[in-house]
Amino acid sequence: MSALVVVQDLVKTFGAGLTETPVLRGLTLTLQAGELSALLGPSGSGKSTLLTILGTLMQPTSGAHQMLGQDMVRATDSARTAFRNQHIGFVFQFHSLLPDFTALENVIFPAAIRAGRETSVARARGMDLLTRMGLQDRIHFPTAHLSGGQKQRVAVARALMNRPELVLADEPTGNLDRASAGQVMQLIAQINKDEGTTFLISTHDEKIAALCARQLVVVDGQVEG
Amino acid sequence: MLYALKIAGRYLTASKAQTGLLVLGVAAGVFIFIFMSALIGGLAELILSRTVGDIAHVSIQAEPKDPAVLLAGTPLLVQQKSTSAAANLPTAANFVPLIESLPGVRAVSPQISGSGFITHGAQVAQVSINGLMPGRESAIAHLDSYVVEGTERLGAGSILIGKRLAEDLNLLLGQSVRLSSTKGIETALTVTGIYQMGAGGPDRRTAYVSLGTARTLFAMPQGLTRVEIKLTDLYAADAMAPQITALTGLTAKSWTVDGAQFLEALSAQAKTGVLLKSFALITIVIGVASALLLSTYRRRPEIGIMRAMGASQRFVVLVFVLQGALIGLMGGLLGAALGYAALLPFPAGGQFRTGSLPIDIRLGSYGLAIALTLLGAILASIWPARAAAKVDPVEAIGQ
Repeated sequence: MSALVVVQDLVKTFGAGLTETPVLRGLTLTLQAGELSALLGPSGSGKSTLLTILGTLMQPTSGAHQMLGQDMVRATDSARTAFRNQHIGFVFQFHSLLPDFTALENVIFPAAIRAGRETSVARARGMDLLTRMGLQDRIHFPTAHLSGGQKQRVAVARALMNRPELVLADEPTGNLDRASAGQVMQLIAQINKDEGTTFLISTHDEKIAALCARQLVVVDGQVEG
Repeated sequence: MLYALKIAGRYLTASKAQTGLLVLGVAAGVFIFIFMSALIGGLAELILSRTVGDIAHVSIQAEPKDPAVLLAGTPLLVQQKSTSAAANLPTAANFVPLIESLPGVRAVSPQISGSGFITHGAQVAQVSINGLMPGRESAIAHLDSYVVEGTERLGAGSILIGKRLAEDLNLLLGQSVRLSSTKGIETALTVTGIYQMGAGGPDRRTAYVSLGTARTLFAMPQGLTRVEIKLTDLYAADAMAPQITALTGLTAKSWTVDGAQFLEALSAQAKTGVLLKSFALITIVIGVASALLLSTYRRRPEIGIMRAMGASQRFVVLVFVLQGALIGLMGGLLGAALGYAALLPFPAGGQFRTGSLPIDIRLGSYGLAIALTLLGAILASIWPARAAAKVDPVEAIGQ
C-alpha cells in the first residue's frame, strides 16, 4: 500500500481574539491507498473539520496536506475544485442530493461537471452504480420520492461516479435506521474490497466503526490510532 | 455551457409558479416598452406628418430686393417695400429637373404665389394665392388628404379653397368666384375643391390655383416665385440646402432655419420616449435581479453541494446567468407577442384615426425590446450569480 493522503501538524482555528477556537491542534495522519478507516471521536472533537480539510473544502490555519503527492495547502481554489471533482468523493450525513434532479442525474453530476455535459458513458456508469446499490427500479425517480436509506445509497453512488481515490463519509449512517445503515455500510465495504477505493468514515457508532479495518480517534484536535 | 443550461432550465421548471410570475413580470415590462415605443413613435410620426410633413424641407425663394431709393442724401427717401408681390426667380424653372434628380429628393414643387382678393357676389375676402403645377398639388402639403369636397386636381379655371373661406363666402362646390391679384388682374374661376386642414389660417386665407392661372394673375410669363422641395429624410435638409445652392446658384433654405424650436420640441419628445422606455427596462432589471437573488439564497445548500462535487465558481455563475437569460428571453418573447397583439386593433402604416391614440404597430421596436430585455436580464443576474458562486460549500451544506 502507498500513502494516499499525508497531513502533518495540521492546525485549524476558528475565530480570532476572544472568540478564537482551536479545533485541530497539530494533527498528523497518513491514509494508505485502499484503506477502510473509521474516524471516531466525541462531538466537537474536530472530525468534521478534518474531513472538510481532507476534502479540500477548507484550508487549514497551518500545517501540511498532501494528496497523491500534490500540495493541497498551496493549491489555488480552482485547482482544488478540479482536484476534488476528479479524486475525492463525498457522502454527507443528510445525503445532500440535488432535489430537482432524478437519482441518475444526481449520480452522474460529478462526471457531467467534468465533461461539461451528460455523456452516454457517464449515464451507463451511473446506471451500473445505482444497480449495484440496489436502486435499479429507482434510476429515474426524483430524489424527493426516495426514502432516507435510498437517498444515502444514491449519495454513495454519486461519490463513486468519477472513480475517486478517496471517499470521505461524514456520519453516512447517522440519519438512517439500523437496517438501512447496515445496507449502506455493506455497500461501502464491498466497493472498498472490489475497487480498492479508500474510505474515511466519520461515525459515533462503534458497530459501524468495527466494520472498518482501521479506527482513528480524534481527541482534542489530534488523532490517536 | 450545455450542462449549465440544463441545470438553469431545471431550476426554472422546478418552480413553475415562481418562474411563471417572474416571466409575466418581465413580459409586462416588455409590453410597456413596446406600447410606449409604438405610441411615442406614432405620436412623432403624427406630429411630423401634420407639421413638417406638410411643409417644404428645403425652399428656394428670391431674396427681397432692397427698397428703391427715391431721393439720395439727407433725408433719404426710399420706396416702401411691396408686401404683395413676391420676387421673381427667372431661371428657377430650369433647375427643377436637376433638383429632382438629386438623391434624397422626394418631390419638387415650382410655385408662383402672391396676394389677392376673392369675390363671390357682394362678399370679398383677402387671400394668399398659391399657384401649383397641375399633377404636383400634393407634392408638399398633402392636399389630397385634406380635400373634403371635390378634388385637389387643379386645371385652367379651377380654384381650391379652404372650408372656412367657403363658409365665410357662402361658397359651394361648382360655384364661380372672381379672383383678382394685387397686380390688378382678375379672372373668373370655378370652385373644384374644398379642403380642411384643421388650421384656421390656411382654411380661411389660402386659395390654390394652377401655375398657369397664377402666371396670368401675377403677369409672370416666365420664372417662379418659389420652389419647394421635399426630402425623403427631413433631417437631411441642413446638408441638402447648401448642396442645392451650390448647384443652382439660388439661395436654398432648410426648414430648420425657421424651425429650430420645433426641432428642439421633437428632440425633447424623443428624449422623453427614451426615458420612459429606460424606466420599463430598469423595472425589468430590478425584477430579475431580486428574483434571482432570492433564488440563489433559497438554493444555497444546492450550490454548496455543487461546489463540493467539483463545480467551479465559473460554472455556478453560468447557471444563474443562464437562468436570468432564459427568464429575459421568455419574458421578452411573451411581452413582444402580447404587445403586438395589443397593437393589432390600431390602423397600420400611420393611418391614424381622429380621436384615437396615434399608435403605429410598425414602431413597436419588438427586436430591440427583446434584445434589451435579454441583455438587461443577463446584467441583472450577474450580481446574484457572483454572490452564489461565493457561497462557502461547508457552510451551505451544513444549513
